[in-house]
Amino acid sequence: MIQFLSYLVNGISLGSVYAIIALGYSMVYGIAKMLNFAHGDVIMIGAFVCFSATQYLGVPALVGVLLSVAVCTVLGITIERLAYKPLRSATSLAVLITAIGMSWLLQNIALLIWGANPKSFKSVIDLGTLVLFGGQLRITSETIVTVLANIIIMIALTQFTSKTKMGKAMRAVSEDRGAAELMGINVNATISMTFAIGSGLAAIAGVLLCSAYPVLMPTTGAMPGIKAFTAAVFGGIGSIPGALVGGILLGVIEILGKAYVSTELGDALVFAVLIVVLLVKPTGLLGKKIHEKV
Amino acid sequence: MKTRKSKSFSANFITYAMVIIAFLLCELALSGAIPGFKMSRSLKGQLVPICVYIVMAVSLNLTVGISGELSLGHAGFMSVGAFSGILVSQWLLSAFPESNLELVRLLAALATGGVVAAIAGVLIGIPVLRLRGDYLAIVTLAFGEIIRNLLNCVYFSFEGASLNFSFLDPNLPGDIVVNGPMGAIGVKKLASFEAGFILVLFTLVVVLNLINSRSGRAIMAIRDNRIAAESVGINVTKYRMLAFVISAALAGMAGALYGLNYSTVQAAKFKFDTSILVLVFVVLGGIGNIRGSIIAATVLTILPEMLREFGNYRMLIYAIVLIVVMLVTNNPMLKSTLDSLKGKIFKKSVKEGDKA
Repeated sequence: MIQFLSYLVNGISLGSVYAIIALGYSMVYGIAKMLNFAHGDVIMIGAFVCFSATQYLGVPALVGVLLSVAVCTVLGITIERLAYKPLRSATSLAVLITAIGMSWLLQNIALLIWGANPKSFKSVIDLGTLVLFGGQLRITSETIVTVLANIIIMIALTQFTSKTKMGKAMRAVSEDRGAAELMGINVNATISMTFAIGSGLAAIAGVLLCSAYPVLMPTTGAMPGIKAFTAAVFGGIGSIPGALVGGILLGVIEILGKAYVSTELGDALVFAVLIVVLLVKPTGLLGKKIHEKV
Repeated sequence: MKTRKSKSFSANFITYAMVIIAFLLCELALSGAIPGFKMSRSLKGQLVPICVYIVMAVSLNLTVGISGELSLGHAGFMSVGAFSGILVSQWLLSAFPESNLELVRLLAALATGGVVAAIAGVLIGIPVLRLRGDYLAIVTLAFGEIIRNLLNCVYFSFEGASLNFSFLDPNLPGDIVVNGPMGAIGVKKLASFEAGFILVLFTLVVVLNLINSRSGRAIMAIRDNRIAAESVGINVTKYRMLAFVISAALAGMAGALYGLNYSTVQAAKFKFDTSILVLVFVVLGGIGNIRGSIIAATVLTILPEMLREFGNYRMLIYAIVLIVVMLVTNNPMLKSTLDSLKGKIFKKSVKEGDKA
């Protein structure tokens, strides 16, 4: 039982990271209607920036995190301006391939700067371990901080999209870009803002991910990226609570599957559950139902 | 009507001619008949992969371009074909060790790869084709990953002509052939450039004839407007399935050829990146344009080899080339400038414009 609880906690922690990454995917998809495959690599860049700042420059962990958020935010806006904005009117497949090119570009830039050897990431959170049930259940501070960060980000983002002017503009653009433009909303600025928020969150996710799983190399972001994308679809792409639910469920299923079914089949199980969910609810758990008009 | 038919005929003729001429040139270069041009070793090694990727790109184009469904798990079918093809070929070798049946083994491997991948295509197609758009894409991605994960857990071994199989348990009697995460080991190499060429021709015959048939027109009608197609009595599920399964079968055959080109093959070779790579070929070549897929697959398979002198910068340049090509060919402003430039230089080739 305690064993199960410990797996569950680990699952929620991993799921929180997925949820934060999934938010970036989901928001960008909702507003720009594109699958940003470079998102996973922004995570990796974020983790590398934090790693370099704390390791080589010797700055405190918090400064490292802030620096990596800043770098990733700028990176996200730059990517959007350079690669995606010229393709606003192109087919979605063309944008998808450009995003893939961008993903390879980021991986190779990281490869040139930091090399192919895996770096061991020193956790930025060092607050000791919470021990419960007389030492049977140990919860690391990374887990607690990850879950807390996830909750704070979710609340902040929900408030942002429902209360602020920019947030409302985002929802309007995702609903109907043409109509939003006619109402005087600056669509390009809104899309840039979305990329900025998504990439900033990716940096946080990267640092949290590497604090819990400390291996860092240029391909670190790829698999979490795909999983988070799956989580976003799982919960209903374009929806903020959907990303939260999808991410946490995915993390829990993955950890429990690896613990109780088989280590090799953990990922297969995650994807199998996704397929079943999409067959029963084709737009994800919390996705809006779209009626097709003739 | 007649002019239209002859138009598609001449377009197909150009495609076939292009492939055959390229093959003959390569053969000439291989035999050293062209003075002053020697094929490098690494380029020679790329000949079979080029054929494999052409078949992969053309078959994926059938799903993405002709049938209009974004598939992100094409490498899954390739891996199914590769492993079943290797199993059959190695089994024939183990069952009839004396006889020299290379051609039979190769054909049996290709056929099995195709059939097994087609069965996988039917099984996956049933749930996948209920969905549409990006959801369909993510489910094909999921299936691709599931296949790779499952292949990492299977073990096969031979004792003479009998075949042993286990899931997750590496302890098998006899000679092990497929060893879980280590993949297929000790594979006898059977693939050759000639076999690859014939597979490419076979694929072209299948796909081009399908496109210009009644079924092909039905598939494209569904792509353009599903509801309109359904309302004129086209069986939507049947034709979407047809395109999906043929595409899977061809990918399986390509996989079998690919598997038999190396002495060891791991399931990790067929991960998500491979599916994406083939999709890049299809999109760069022009969605729905078969000739474009062939050219893009060839050029983009050779390109990393050509960039070898740039060392570490090779994949960086590759990525930049990809982004720039996508921007130039898809940005309306840049595209119109490019078209007018092209029109000034050579008036004729504007129409074709499929070189990506």
